[in-house]
Order: sequence, then structure tokens, then C-alpha cells
Amino acid sequence: MGVMAAVRDILVEEATLAHGGSLLFDRLNFRLEAGLWTCLLGPSGVGKSSLLRLVADRGGPVAYMDQRDLLLPWADALGNATLGARLRGERPDTERARSLLVRVGLGDALTARPAALSGGMRQRVALVRTLMEDRPTVLMDEPFSGLDAITRHRAQNLARELLAGRTVLLVTHDPLEALRLGDRVFVMTGRPARLEAVDLPAAPPPRDVRETGIMAAQGVLLARLAA
Amino acid sequence: MRAVGRLIVTALVVGLAWQGLVMLTGVEPFILPGPLAVFEALAGSFGLLLAHAGTTLAEILLGLALGALLGAVSALVLAHFRPARRWLLPVLVASQAVPVFALAPVLVLWLGFGMASKVAMAVLIIFFPVTAAFYDGLVRTDTGWLDLARFMGASPWRTLLHLRVPAALPACASGLRVATAVAPIGAVVGEWVGASAGLGYLMLHANARMQVDLMFAALLVLAAMALALYFTVDRLLRLAAPWQPESRNTNR
Repeated sequence: MGVMAAVRDILVEEATLAHGGSLLFDRLNFRLEAGLWTCLLGPSGVGKSSLLRLVADRGGPVAYMDQRDLLLPWADALGNATLGARLRGERPDTERARSLLVRVGLGDALTARPAALSGGMRQRVALVRTLMEDRPTVLMDEPFSGLDAITRHRAQNLARELLAGRTVLLVTHDPLEALRLGDRVFVMTGRPARLEAVDLPAAPPPRDVRETGIMAAQGVLLARLAA
Repeated sequence: MRAVGRLIVTALVVGLAWQGLVMLTGVEPFILPGPLAVFEALAGSFGLLLAHAGTTLAEILLGLALGALLGAVSALVLAHFRPARRWLLPVLVASQAVPVFALAPVLVLWLGFGMASKVAMAVLIIFFPVTAAFYDGLVRTDTGWLDLARFMGASPWRTLLHLRVPAALPACASGLRVATAVAPIGAVVGEWVGASAGLGYLMLHANARMQVDLMFAALLVLAAMALALYFTVDRLLRLAAPWQPESRNTNR
């Protein structure tokens, strides 16, 4: 699989954004480092998704993965995985879609419609659809939050493996997810929002939850977010 | 098939109540003939009824096809072009304020006593529910899908073709069901105003000659035809959009 090398950091500089009468961002600065996973952690409504959209505006061609799988109910797994090409009027690379679907363990479900798939399977199809876009930058808005704990764990590992080398911005409200997956983790709080970097365990992601320090760090982050 | 059984039971009960009413009240047969008399007329004039039913059915089917096509095209135009929305939508809504019944004489005047005026009536009745429902479906596409399409670099036209139209098909199907249910109205009203054939024409003539049993027989044929048409269209629409979740479980 040819991974496009991400060469450029994406910068959001001095961003100011008003929402509902108050300032969501007041001259906010954010750097999305090329080739790394950056996790954005924060409570609901703090502006995580808004920052993701700012990055999308500045980041050139990006692939996007939503909290909902956004699969088309009338298309099968293969059809959903190749949606981007059809929307651009290109010839879909069915072979690549097929091999990616096999790789995420959906070899038996190529012609299954979303209604016949479990939540985890559907999100894996969405992951393949994202990979099929083959963009250097991938933006993910709570992509695993709809999954149960075990399925989420597997989906995280898979995404980390398949999106290696790309610039990834992952918005999440799950501290453990950020700690497991991020090369960089920022906590976003307050209004106007501020970003604070979080110290991470030395091990490379995806980090094992049994790793020393992970659970303690999760506790600290949870307490901080709930404050 | 259980639905068919229920339908037969319902028809039997209604028929018995009808016969009972006629026998108990002794109402004159030229006011209300009993179901037996109606079936006699049905059997006796079967060929005649069939010929006229064929005309009406042709009018309905043609009206349905043309009306659905016109409705779908106008919904697409409205959804895709903003100026069309601004200029045409109010006109379309206003056009529905004019009762089609009031237009029938004009249409017969313009298009003659033949099938054309009835097809036009049916089209006028059919296209609006199709337009309204399909347009509604087209503008209510999940914003998540539209975001996804934008990130994927889709043109508005391809987004319409690959996302919005298939997503709106269930809504369009609802419109078509309504249209199918009202389609016979257009044809029959047209036939009442002026025609040389058709069930509406036959009923008018039977009424004038006090052949009330024949009138009821024609009504029965019309109802059976409308029902058969509705269920056929309903079945076809289900086949056309099989991904539709069947939340209303018909077996419960």
C-alpha cells in the first residue's frame, strides 16, 4: 500500500471564532505535526470539532471519518468503500478496496449491506472508505465512540496500524483513547478555549493499557476534564 | 396472504350488512340495489364493464407514468437549482389551490373528449404529491453524508446522483403511493365532465337511465382496479428500495 508521505505541518494561527455570542476561540494557535497522530481531548461543546474544521480548511486534501459510520444503506461494503471515487467520477479501485476489506477482517462481508453488519464491522468499512481516499491528512471526529469497549480497542489498533505515516487529527472525549493512540495529546478547555499539551508515556502508540502510567494518566486527565 | 384473507372476510361482512340493510328497509332497487343485484349486473354486463375499465385503466396508468416523471423531474430541478426553487416553488403551491375539478371542463374543451384530457387530469393530480415528497427527501439529505461528499471532493451534480437521489427514494416512494391512491380521481372526474368511454362515463350513463345496479357494478370494478393498482405499486416500490428498514412489522 503506497502511503503518501505527509511533509508539511498544518498550522492554525491566531484563529478567532465566535459562537452564540461568546468567543469559542480567541487567537488560538495550533500545529498539527506531519506524520504524527495528534489527539484533541476535551469536554463536549468546547470547540474540538470546530478546530477540526479549521484544520480541514487549511490542510489541503484531507480524508474525514465521523463518529457515525455514514455508510450508505443502499450500497454494499465494497460500494461504500469505493464511494469517494464514484463521487469524483473516477473509476473505483475495486481491487484495492477488496484487499483492504479483507485486511480489516471483512472478507466475507464484501457484498453485505450495512444493515447486515454489526457496529464494529460498519466502522471498519468506514475506516476502509477513509483509507481509500489515500490522503496525507486524516481527520477523525470521535470515530470509535459508538463502539463497545472491546470492539473499540480492536478498531483503535487497526486504525493506528493502517494509518501509519499519515498526519492524523483525532478528536475524542475519551482520555484513554487519546493516551493509547496519540503521539501528541492536547487537552482543550474553557471558553475561549485553550490548548494544553499532555505528557505521555514513553512507549510508542498504540500503547498497551497495561503499560505503567497509562491508567494513572487517565485518572489525572479524567479528574482534570471533570473539574 | 393473511391480508388477502382479511380482505375477503371484510368484503363478506360488508356485503352481508348491505344485503341485510336492503332487505330490512325495503329500499327501492333504483335507490340502493342489493349486492346480489349488483353482482348480477356485473356478470351480465361483464364485457361492457371490462371494455370501459380498460379505457379508465389506460388513462390512470398513462397519467401515473407521466405524472410521476413530471413530478420527479420538477423535484430534481427544484432541489438542484436555487433560482428554480425561488421562482417555481410558490407557483407550484399556488397551482394546487385551484381545484382540479374546476379545471376539468377547460381541459375537456382544450383536449377533447378522448383520453388526452383524462390523462392530463390525472397528471395534474399525480405530479404534486410526487414533487412534494421527492423534493422534501432531496433537501433533507443527512448533513453528515454531505460533509463526507465535500471532503471527498464531489461535485454537486454527482452528490445529487450518488447520495441525494438514492437517499430520497423512500420519500419519493411515499409520494408515489399517495399519487397512486388519488390517480383514479383524475381519470374518473375527467370522464364525468365529458367522455366517450371509461367507467366514469358508463356510471354517468347508467345513472341517467336508472340502471343503478350497473352503476354500482362499475363502482365495484373501479374500486377493485384502484386497490389492485395500489398494491402493485406498493410492492414494486418495496422492491425498488429494499434497504428500507421495515419498522412497521406487518405481521404483528
